[in-house]
Amino acid sequence: MNLFLVLEQALNGLQLGVMLFLMAAGLTLVFGIMNLVNLAHGSFYMVGAYLATYFYQATGSYLLGVSLGLAGTLAVGVAVELVALRTLYERPHLDQVLATFGLILFFNELAAILWGRAAIYTTLPDYLAGHVELFAGLRYPLYRLVIIAVGLAVAGLLWFVVARTRLGMLIRAGASNRAMVAALGVNVRLLYTLVFGFGAALAGLAGLMSGPIHVVQPGMGELILIEVFVVIVIGGIGSIRGALAGALIVGMADTLGRAFVRPMLATVLSRTAADTAGPALASMLIYLLMAIVLALKPQGLFPARA
Amino acid sequence: MNRTLLEVRGLRKSFGALLASDDVDLEVLEGETHAIIGPNGAGKTTLISQLAGNLFPDRGRVLFAGEDITALSAPARARRGFARSFQITSIYPDFTALENVMLAVQAHSGSSFRFWRPAREEPSLRSAASAILEEVGLGGRSGVLAANLAHGEQRALEIATALATRPRLLLLDEPVAGMGVEETQRMIALLSFLKGGKTLILVEHDMDAVFSLADRISVLVYGRIIATGAPEEIRANPEVRRAYLGEEVAA
Amino acid sequence: MNSRIRAIVPAAGLVLLAAVPLAAALLDQPFYLDLVRRIMIFAIAALSLNLILGYGGMISFGHAAYLGVGAYAVGVLAHYGINDGYLQWALAIGASALVALAIGAISIRTSGVYFIMITLAFTQMLYYLGISIEEYGGDDGMRLQVKSQFPGLIDLNDANAFYYLVLAILVLALFLGQRLVDSRFGMVIRAAKSNEVRTRSIGFSPYPYRLAAFVIAGAVCGLAGALLVNHTAYLTPEFMNWTRSGELMFMVILGGMESIAGPVLGAFALLLLEDALSGWTQHWQLVLGPLLVLSVLFLKRGLAGLVFAKNE
Ligand SMILES: Nc1ncnc2c1ncn2[C@@H]1O[C@H](COP(=O)(O)OP(=O)(O)OP(=O)(O)O)[C@@H](O)[C@H]1O
Ligand SMILES: [Mg+2]
Repeated sequence: MNLFLVLEQALNGLQLGVMLFLMAAGLTLVFGIMNLVNLAHGSFYMVGAYLATYFYQATGSYLLGVSLGLAGTLAVGVAVELVALRTLYERPHLDQVLATFGLILFFNELAAILWGRAAIYTTLPDYLAGHVELFAGLRYPLYRLVIIAVGLAVAGLLWFVVARTRLGMLIRAGASNRAMVAALGVNVRLLYTLVFGFGAALAGLAGLMSGPIHVVQPGMGELILIEVFVVIVIGGIGSIRGALAGALIVGMADTLGRAFVRPMLATVLSRTAADTAGPALASMLIYLLMAIVLALKPQGLFPARA
Repeated sequence: MNRTLLEVRGLRKSFGALLASDDVDLEVLEGETHAIIGPNGAGKTTLISQLAGNLFPDRGRVLFAGEDITALSAPARARRGFARSFQITSIYPDFTALENVMLAVQAHSGSSFRFWRPAREEPSLRSAASAILEEVGLGGRSGVLAANLAHGEQRALEIATALATRPRLLLLDEPVAGMGVEETQRMIALLSFLKGGKTLILVEHDMDAVFSLADRISVLVYGRIIATGAPEEIRANPEVRRAYLGEEVAA
Repeated sequence: MNSRIRAIVPAAGLVLLAAVPLAAALLDQPFYLDLVRRIMIFAIAALSLNLILGYGGMISFGHAAYLGVGAYAVGVLAHYGINDGYLQWALAIGASALVALAIGAISIRTSGVYFIMITLAFTQMLYYLGISIEEYGGDDGMRLQVKSQFPGLIDLNDANAFYYLVLAILVLALFLGQRLVDSRFGMVIRAAKSNEVRTRSIGFSPYPYRLAAFVIAGAVCGLAGALLVNHTAYLTPEFMNWTRSGELMFMVILGGMESIAGPVLGAFALLLLEDALSGWTQHWQLVLGPLLVLSVLFLKRGLAGLVFAKNE
């Protein structure tokens, strides 16, 4: 196996991991603080992708498109919280799951009406297209490097906010003891709306960055959402650290699995057998990983509550 | 001289920095009613939970009829003869009183991997459960949803559920908590009726109940047992008076 | 009065269902036969889900997995030229039970949100597995060239006969389901849902009972999958799409979790609503989504709760 190929795939894995983290962070915070299971989190991913694409085309400026896309997702997130989800915090998880499922149907259809069902391919501005030579023999797409950098920067920022600021103190307190936050005299409703909108914006960021790599289409959010669930189950629900660890593990496992399971099987099995079993195994890899983690640590790797 | 039914050795349990059970030693004799008293937050419920298997100690051992049961789960202990009532009523609110008790009977009469015959119509479950409801004074309320029973009736129902498992050891966590005077009297009467036939561990703040029912009393303060003895001894113990009984006796 | 309604509604429902083929023939609208047959198949699936969801309190967001496994069991055997219906359906039931055993064994050790996410994730795994196997058509799926053969018993190509078979299985599932939830076993899973701590304290450990219920529900849903593939005459991984699982949950909730027949009501309500909305606009999901949200917020006991007042 070619070392460069491994390295390239590892970078791809890191890039997927970073995206998964952006999604998982918001979801796990919302669950940790508001005790809300929000299936519609994937919809914010989609909204971010569509809005950024739309604004980029409308304004001709990529940076403006991205900024407006982010702001738009934030606004949509806050609106959804105010209109629909606020009433769900005290309801059983079953109700939350079903209501947010209803929201997904709504958002996907709305996207289909506004932009059509067909996949949209978005382009990159010239300064983000192209490759960089990391070192002799390894050329890597610049845009993917940017995604990794942005993702890691956001992770760092998130760590700073959660670990070092008053808002973060409230968030941590909320994740471990919900009643305490209220007892501190904080405007809990506002905190909730803020955290929710913030989480939605992170999902939107992931979505708009994924646009040029994958395609933008209705339903795009749910495919990644289920992978994010795997991330959260592996990492431990309610924990940012767990979300980061889980995201990197899942991103790596998924990417490397898709790239190397088939060739590796081919060294032991016949070629046709490897061609059949390889993709099947690769597509199941992260779920099998989840099963193993659950068997060993039912609360995930970094449980938030002791 | 009665045999020892339950023996607790060096039980320790901490919640973070808080030691809720601090090297607890306890011996309960077959047939006795053993009261555990102590101020709020002393660790009484935590102790009962470790005896019943709802919580596991960090250290120490629990022996039941000579067998080490420290690692056994709550259901496994229930099958060996433990039954428990909770400080905060724990019943099936959406089942009738009769169904609540029938389930407990069912748990101790044959396999429950039976899929065909309606459990409600099994005469043996019905009659056993009805008899126990009768015994605790709920004979006339068997068809009522447990959620719709009065507080005192729910407490009695919980005792009935515990009795229905035909326990060797009954762990009662504040059975008269939150009851009015009349209900309390009725509960004390019920417990004195049970007393003698069964081994009882009784956690209670109500001193009338404790002194009229207990054969022996252990006093728990800050997770430690500071004294164990007959009611007169406990009443006379200066350390107990200072640590706990003082305000109660004066009141 | 209430008990009269309780007796009349199911009987009336049965008569109505039995009359559908006749009505469809008289009106010359074979489409209705098809529609109601499909709804009844989903009703069987929803009913099986309700055993664990409504009675057992296990929020499985992956019940479509067994629909898929049952369908693939039939489709794969047919792919290799084995059309014997007894064998196909036995495999459908057996394979779904096995898959449910594996998924249940892991996920029932967890609870709450974990359980929801894990059942969803495992179903997605099976969905991707279906997509990745080219031999069975990948994401296009495959046609069922020949329907399951039950020589001497029934010919599934006869639309009416197939219809009545589905109806008979639905009625049988309702009957057996009622026996199950009233049995000792049923009482234990309901008790574990109502108050787990109490249940453990009287001597039951809920795990084996829950797992058994999970396997039974999976097996019944596998049978529904075998019916569905014969109904549509093709299968795709979409049978296991997570939105299917969501729809099944909605049928249960919409109909009402507190009775065996509730999910049947829910299946009719949801699928008829979908049918009506999709006849009206291409963008019916835009309307359906918010309707579902509203039903969760305001219809707490489901449609069955509207028909039957709460029993005291
Ligand atoms: N699960 C837990 N986690 C953390 N602390 C706990 C937990 N359970 C109990 N404690 C603490 O342990 C101490 C003992 O509690 P416990 O409920 O056993 O007291 P108690 O003697 O039963 O009090 P009361 O008379 O009020 O019922 C208390 O300070 C309580 O706050
Ligand atoms: Mg207590």
